[in-house]
Amino acid sequence: MTWDNDFALEILPDLLAGLWVTVQITLLSMTLALALGLVIAVIRYLKIPVISPFFTFYVLFVRGTPLLVQLHLVYVLPEYGVTLSTFLTGVIVLGVNYSAYTAEVYRAGIEGVDRGQWEATTALSLPRRRTWTRVVLPQAVKTIIPVLGNYLIQMFKDSAILFAITVVELMRTANTIGSREFRYLEPFTIAAGLYLVVSYTSSLLVKRLEHRYAPSH
Amino acid sequence: MPPVTEHPESSGVSASSAPGPMLSFENVSKSWGDNHVLRSLNFDVAPGEKVSIIGPSGSGKTTILRVLMTLETPDDGLVVVDGEPLWDARGGVTPKETKQMRETRRKVGMVFQSFNLFPHMTAIENIMEAPVQVLKMPKGEARERAESLMEMVGLSQHLDHKPPQMSGGQQQRVAIARALAMRPKILLFDEPTSALDPELIGEVLAVIRDLAHSADMTMLMVTHEMRFAEEISDRVVMFDSGAVVEQGPPGEIFKHPTHERTRLFLRAVLER
Repeated sequence: MTWDNDFALEILPDLLAGLWVTVQITLLSMTLALALGLVIAVIRYLKIPVISPFFTFYVLFVRGTPLLVQLHLVYVLPEYGVTLSTFLTGVIVLGVNYSAYTAEVYRAGIEGVDRGQWEATTALSLPRRRTWTRVVLPQAVKTIIPVLGNYLIQMFKDSAILFAITVVELMRTANTIGSREFRYLEPFTIAAGLYLVVSYTSSLLVKRLEHRYAPSH
Repeated sequence: MPPVTEHPESSGVSASSAPGPMLSFENVSKSWGDNHVLRSLNFDVAPGEKVSIIGPSGSGKTTILRVLMTLETPDDGLVVVDGEPLWDARGGVTPKETKQMRETRRKVGMVFQSFNLFPHMTAIENIMEAPVQVLKMPKGEARERAESLMEMVGLSQHLDHKPPQMSGGQQQRVAIARALAMRPKILLFDEPTSALDPELIGEVLAVIRDLAHSADMTMLMVTHEMRFAEEISDRVVMFDSGAVVEQGPPGEIFKHPTHERTRLFLRAVLER
């Protein structure tokens, strides 16, 4: 089988459309993962009875089972009356999966905030909420932004797994073209190229963030 | 339980507060395992009094301040601030953080050894934060007050600088201004110059000296600066192994200490 330029050009628009879906999934899932992970990290840090241990188990479970298994667990929910589009299912599973990892990253960031900062907020009688939003979290997040950026890139590539539940993202688009035309070389090569371009560009951005947020002293 | 004052800051300068000491420790104990940092401490400070606590490291001096700032919980005893209980651990009952305790705590401010400024906020934001958030002061007013406090500590040129851009001496002066912005009745200093390079100590001591001479605020300072303690204090307290060894006017403690422990300590620190 030899490379066919005309064929490659012909399928490019479909693949770009698939890439756009992949990007959407990644951004939505990451937003979910960042928000959920933050809530989990704070709740675990506060050591609230019952709730904190629950989320400890949650993190254990999500990190200890394959993403593909979690995906299929949620995918069978329609049999029990819960109907979600495959797109939404994918976003939720990916976001929930990554929230377990971002929660750990946030935790490291929170624990890295100097004890003196907490003591200063007590000495000033700052309300709890304000202590978190204005003092602790801004300092915690600053140190972990590059790590979160790397998770974003990893998620972008991991989203190809949604192929398994028929979400028409980049991977599935490539596969569909391949099986329809009996030509797999061009669609998968282009797909790989597109993944590479986006993830490499993003990694350069993360590098710049690392510079910017690296401890200056 | 007495009713909670809604606006404790409004009574900040009133002279009609409860008679008696501004703060008192009654049989207060605190230990970390076998290490008794406070041994049934009894200790009063009068309104407006400037007290320096001296003594060897690990003697529990700082714990006195940390209990007053509610950064440590006593194991036993009663701590009263301005006539209201801050900690009631009598009988060894573990005291809870209550609303009333938080209200009482507002009368106390603290300057830390390592400044503990918020590094991501500018100097003026550091000072405005608590008045705006806790006292609900309008931003304009909070800013004006913060500016005049910055002027008082000699840092008018540094309003919008962030702590990492400032020297240790400057940071500590901002920290003092930040504590003052809450108009505390009691200001605690925990070795305020110990983390500073020698050439920066003077500028911080100068600010504290001015404060000691002008404010009717009660001041409690843990320090290793003996000459400074002698100069500004009404009373010096020698503390060792969780208990007061002796106390009195600085002239007496420094010139004629009655206890061997005090003599040995003073000889050691003054002959450095």
